[in-house]
Amino acid sequence: MKTIVGLEIHVQLSTATKLFCGCSTDYRDDEPNTHCCPVCLALPGALPRLNKRAVEYGLRVAKALDMKVLEESEFARKNYFYPDLPKAYQITQYDKPLAVEGTVEIEDDEGHEKIVRITRVHLEEDPGRLVHVAGGSKYSLVDYNRSGIPLLEIVTEPDMRSPQEARRFLNKLRTVLEYLGVFDGEREGGLRVDANISLEGSERVEVKNISSYKGVEKALTFEVTRQKNLLRRGQRVTRETRHFMEGRGITTSSRSKEEEHDYRYFPEPDLRPLRVADWVAAIDLPELPTARKNRFMTQYGISLNHARTLTGDPKLADFYEAVAHVDPVLAATWVADTLLGELNYRDMGIAAVPVERIAELLALLRSETITDTAGVQVLREMLDTCAAGKPCEPPAMIVEREGLARATGDEFTQVVEKVIAANPHAVEDYRAGKKGALNFLVGQVMKETRGRADPRELGKIVSEYIDTGGV
Amino acid sequence: MAGTLEFSPDDRYNAFITTCRQAPFSDGALAGTAVAVKDNISTKGIQTTCASKILEGYVPPYDAYVVELLRQAGAAIVGKTNMDEFGMGTTTETSAFGPTQNPADPSRVPGGSSGGSAAAVAAGLVPMALGTDTGGSIRCPAAFCGIVGLKPTYGRVSRYGLIAYANSLEQIGPMAQTVEDVSKLMSVIARYDPRDSTMIDRPYDHRPSAEIKGLRVGIPEEYFGEGVDPRVAESVRDAVGILEGLGAETVPVSIPGMRHALAAYYVICTSEASSNLARFDGVRYGPAVDTRKSWHEAYQDLRQELFGAEVRRRIMLGTFALSAGYAGKYYAKAQIARRNIREDFERAFCDADVIAGPTMPTTAFRLGERSDPISMYLSDILTAPANLAGIPAISVPCSTVDGLPVGLQIMGRQFEDERVVDAAFAYEQEVRA
Repeated sequence: MKTIVGLEIHVQLSTATKLFCGCSTDYRDDEPNTHCCPVCLALPGALPRLNKRAVEYGLRVAKALDMKVLEESEFARKNYFYPDLPKAYQITQYDKPLAVEGTVEIEDDEGHEKIVRITRVHLEEDPGRLVHVAGGSKYSLVDYNRSGIPLLEIVTEPDMRSPQEARRFLNKLRTVLEYLGVFDGEREGGLRVDANISLEGSERVEVKNISSYKGVEKALTFEVTRQKNLLRRGQRVTRETRHFMEGRGITTSSRSKEEEHDYRYFPEPDLRPLRVADWVAAIDLPELPTARKNRFMTQYGISLNHARTLTGDPKLADFYEAVAHVDPVLAATWVADTLLGELNYRDMGIAAVPVERIAELLALLRSETITDTAGVQVLREMLDTCAAGKPCEPPAMIVEREGLARATGDEFTQVVEKVIAANPHAVEDYRAGKKGALNFLVGQVMKETRGRADPRELGKIVSEYIDTGGV
Repeated sequence: MAGTLEFSPDDRYNAFITTCRQAPFSDGALAGTAVAVKDNISTKGIQTTCASKILEGYVPPYDAYVVELLRQAGAAIVGKTNMDEFGMGTTTETSAFGPTQNPADPSRVPGGSSGGSAAAVAAGLVPMALGTDTGGSIRCPAAFCGIVGLKPTYGRVSRYGLIAYANSLEQIGPMAQTVEDVSKLMSVIARYDPRDSTMIDRPYDHRPSAEIKGLRVGIPEEYFGEGVDPRVAESVRDAVGILEGLGAETVPVSIPGMRHALAAYYVICTSEASSNLARFDGVRYGPAVDTRKSWHEAYQDLRQELFGAEVRRRIMLGTFALSAGYAGKYYAKAQIARRNIREDFERAFCDADVIAGPTMPTTAFRLGERSDPISMYLSDILTAPANLAGIPAISVPCSTVDGLPVGLQIMGRQFEDERVVDAAFAYEQEVRA
C-alpha cells in the first residue's frame, strides 16, 4: 500500500524586523509584549508596510528552488477570529503567491535521487501566541511579540512516499534555507509543518502544527500505522484534520467544528500588488548544498558520506573548509565523525569550537605525534573547556601536560614486558592459538599507556615479543 | 508664537464627541487655528471612538499622520467630532452619542457621516475641520450644512491612523467655510507618508486660482435624472451657467456604469468593513471582553451589545458578500462594476476637464425621516462614484432650496485636486462677490 505525503512548511524568515512594521524580530529572551507597535498590535488605524527584505528572502528561496516568480503577486486577507490574531485576519497570499513550481532533490528510501515538486511559496505574517497560565486559570494571556514575524509558507506536491522521505526532505530544505541565510534553524518554533498523508486509495488526513523535524517523522509514522490498522479492521479512513501531541507521539482528531472555516479571502486593500519578478535576476545565490557536496568530493577527495554530512550545515561546511588544509581526508573523518559526535553528545554548536585549535589537533594526528585514541581524549578536553566558557588551550599543551604523546622506545618496551610478565595465563592462551588472548594483552598495554600507543602496531609488537621471547 | 487655545464652544448641535478645553498649538501655517477632527482619526492622548460604544474610552497612543501634520503646522486640535458610527450612515444619526443637528435648520440632519465636522464649521465653532469620505461622507454634510468639503484623490492623503471602514474607498479631507481654507488645510495634510502603501507621492502645494477660461465642464446626464429633486437639479444647472459665464464651456458626458454604482459601492464597503471591524473584540482596547465566558461567546456578546444596528447590518452584509459560494456573485462582480465606472470616468475626462453635478439628490432630511436603510443608501448615488473611481471631488454651496443649502459637486481627474479646487474657487468668488 503506497504512502503519499505532502507538506506545508511555515518558516520564520530571519529578517531583523517584522513583515509589516519596524519592530525587532529578536524577542526570544524578552518579556511578553515588548516587541510591539500599533501595527502588530492591530491598533485601530494602523496600516501594514511591507518589509522589502522579507520579499527578497522569499525570492532567494524561490530562485534556489528553481521556481517561477509571478509577474504580479498579491496579498490577501484570511479572515478568522482567534485571540492570538489581533486584526482578526491574517495578511497572507492566496491566489497570487510569490512563486510557483519548484523542485527539491532528495534521496528516496533506496538511496536514489528523487525530485520533490514544490507547488508554491508565499509570504504571510505569524500571529501572536497564547500563553495558558498553569493551575487551571480561567483565562489565557496573549503575547504579541511574535505577531507579524515574517513567514514563508512552502507547499509541496504529494511526492513523498514515507515518513523517512519527509524527514529527509525537511532536512534538505532546512539546509538550503540556512545556506541562503534566510532562516535561523536554532530559533525555537522557527519551522512548523502541516503534513498531509494518505494511503493510496484512501482519504487524506491533515496533521497540523508539528513543530519539530523529528516530530514530522513521528507523526507520520503514527498516522501510517493508525490508518493501516483502520483498513485492516475493515474500517475507513475519514478525511479530517488531526493534531500531533508532541509529548505522547500520537495524533488526535480535532473537533470538526473548528475546521468549518470560511476564510472569506479578498485582496488586502492596504497593500499594493507586488511586482518583483525583475528583482530575481539581481539575486546572487550562494553555493547551494548539492553543489558544495559535489565540490567537496572532487576538490578534497572525500567520500560521498562525509561530503553529505559536512555540507548538511553551512557552518559545519565552513568549519571543515577552514581546517581541510592540514589534510583534507583526515580532517573530513575527524570533523564529520568524531567532532560532530562529540558535539551532539554535549549539545554544542559548531560555532563554539575554535577552528585554529582543531587545525592544530589535526596537525598532531597527521604527524603521528599522538594516536587516534589520544586525539579523542585531547578533543574531549578541549570541548569541555569550551563548553565551560573558558579559553581553549592549544592541544600540544594538553598533550604535554597529560603526557599523551605516542609512546616510544624504552618506556614502551617496559610496559610490554610488564604486561606480559603479569599475565602468564594470557600468554599461554595465545601460544595455544587463542586469538582473543592477544587482544587482551594489547588492551592491557593500551590501558597502561593511556592510549598513547597505536593498537595495530602494538598487536604486532606484542606478538613478536612473545614469539621471539624478548625484545 | 506657541501657546494654548481655550476652547469652550456652545455645542448646541451636538457636533462634538470630545472637546479639548486647553488645546496647545505651535508655530506654522495654521498657528493657533482651531481645527476639529472627525472622531475616526486617531489622536494621541485624546479619546477616539468612531462614535461607537465599542471604542468608548479608547485613547490612542499615537497620532494619525494628518494629525501629526496639523500639529506641526501649528493647529490647535480642539475636539473630536460626531459622526455616523464607524462612518456608516448619511445623517450622523447612527452615532452612539446621539445625532448632530444641522445648524442651517436644527430639525434636519447635518448629513453624514462627517456631520459633526460640517456642523462645527457651519456653526462657526471652528474655521476648519477634518472629515473622511468613503462614499460621500465629506461632501454630503458639506452640501447639507452649506460649507465646502473636498474628497481628495485616493492616495493623496495618508490614511495612517484613520480607523478603517472601507480602505479602498476612503480618504481624509478638509472641510471649511471657504474654498480657500479648504485648500489651505489640504496643503497641510496632503504630504507623502510611506506608512500608507496606497499613497502616491504627490504633495498638494496650491493656492486657488479663479481663472477657468476654457475649462471644459462635463455634465453627466445621470446626475440630473431620476431620483434627483428637480429643484436641486435646477439650482445646480444655474451654478453651471455661472461657470459658463466665467469662460468655461460645458460638454455632455455619460457615466453609464452609474446604474451599478450603488450596488458595487455597498458590496465593496461592507465587505471591507466586515473584515476591518473584526478586530474590535474587547481584548486590547475599548470596553473589556467578559473573560468568564468562552472566548468566542464573549466576542459574540460584546460585539452584539456594543455595535449599533447599522454597523451590525453592514458587517453581516459584507460577511455574506465575501463568503464561499457568494464571493463570485457579489464581491467579484462589484469589482467589475467598479472597473467599469473608473473607465467611464476616464472616457468622460477625455472630453471634459472636470465633471459637475449635484452633490446630493436632495436637501437635508428631517431628523428621523429616513428610517429604512435602502432609501438611505440611495442618497449616496451621486457621491459614491467618485470613491469607486478614486477621483477628487469637491462640494461647494450653490444657492438654497426652501432655505436649505444645496451643494455643487465638481469632480476631476486623478491627482487633479488643484483643478477641482480652482473651479470651485472661481464659482465661489463669483457668487460671493
